[in-house]
Amino acid sequence: MSTLIDLILLTLMAITAIAALQLKDLFGAVMLTGIYSLLSALWFLILDAADVSFTEAAVGAGISTVLMLGTLALTQRNEKSPSHPRILPLFVVTITGAILVYGTLDMPAFADPQAPIHTHVAPHYIEKSGEEIGIPNIVTSVLASYRGYDTLGETTVIFTACIGVLLLLGIGRRREDDES
Amino acid sequence: MKHHSILRIITKLLIPLILLFALYVQFHGDFGPGGGFQAGVIFAAGLILYALVFGLDTASEVIKEWVLMILVPLGVLIYAGVGVASLILGGNFLDYNVLAHDPVHGQHLGILLVELGVGVTVAAGLTTIFFAFAGRGRRNPEGALITKAANPTQEPQR
Repeated sequence: MSTLIDLILLTLMAITAIAALQLKDLFGAVMLTGIYSLLSALWFLILDAADVSFTEAAVGAGISTVLMLGTLALTQRNEKSPSHPRILPLFVVTITGAILVYGTLDMPAFADPQAPIHTHVAPHYIEKSGEEIGIPNIVTSVLASYRGYDTLGETTVIFTACIGVLLLLGIGRRREDDES
Repeated sequence: MKHHSILRIITKLLIPLILLFALYVQFHGDFGPGGGFQAGVIFAAGLILYALVFGLDTASEVIKEWVLMILVPLGVLIYAGVGVASLILGGNFLDYNVLAHDPVHGQHLGILLVELGVGVTVAAGLTTIFFAFAGRGRRNPEGALITKAANPTQEPQR
């Protein structure tokens, strides 16, 4: 049963992605990427990654769809047909994809308990975070405490993204603005 | 959106629930899925929904742009401030054990503050980004269409 759900979800994701690529109407393409995000949120939930699923549903399906629509309002609704031949991009994408697939051959099998990621610090987090941090959600313990530096970096990334958008688009200067 | 009464009423009903749910996710992140980032995103989604239905000007009245300008760096400063505080109290940077007498209690306090910082920055940052995008088209008095025609060279960048 769960294999069936997996198959249906992944097929739907592939169909949505291909449809989004094919559409010339960018409004529809944005909606399809939103649907794709919602499907991948479901997929993360099936993989027991509730926190990631949560984020994907809120950011991917919610905020980024709205931001893409805002961008569309500033540009055009229809995609322009490419002005140069598509052979070179196809070549680059094929080579990159092949290298990535080749890279996965070296990876440990899915859910292999002996994989390095499961034997390095994860056992310590699972066994000790109850005493050391004392909160039930290990994900939060890892994110906010053990890996606090990384999360500080992520927060700084959000901050930097915000500053970048403000520098490019501006805000709060509606009256005296004379853009060149 | 003067005439969409169903949208407006449903939005009015939903927004308190969305904001409350964001706060729940923020402060319940220690026990269930969620945390500062997700809470910030949900909070921003509530504000963006408000701006979409009631217009950007009304939304700017609800949350002023200068408030957002303060909140965005404030979250990062809260986060980094917790790190500096733990430095001053004799621990390593972002070592929450020293924040209270009991290490576990210190961890709780540190995680709470740090997640609050993340939530504040994410909520304010995403709202600001949306305001910037949505306000862009209308900023010059000629309107969005003129913006499109005025700089056609910027569009085909790929």
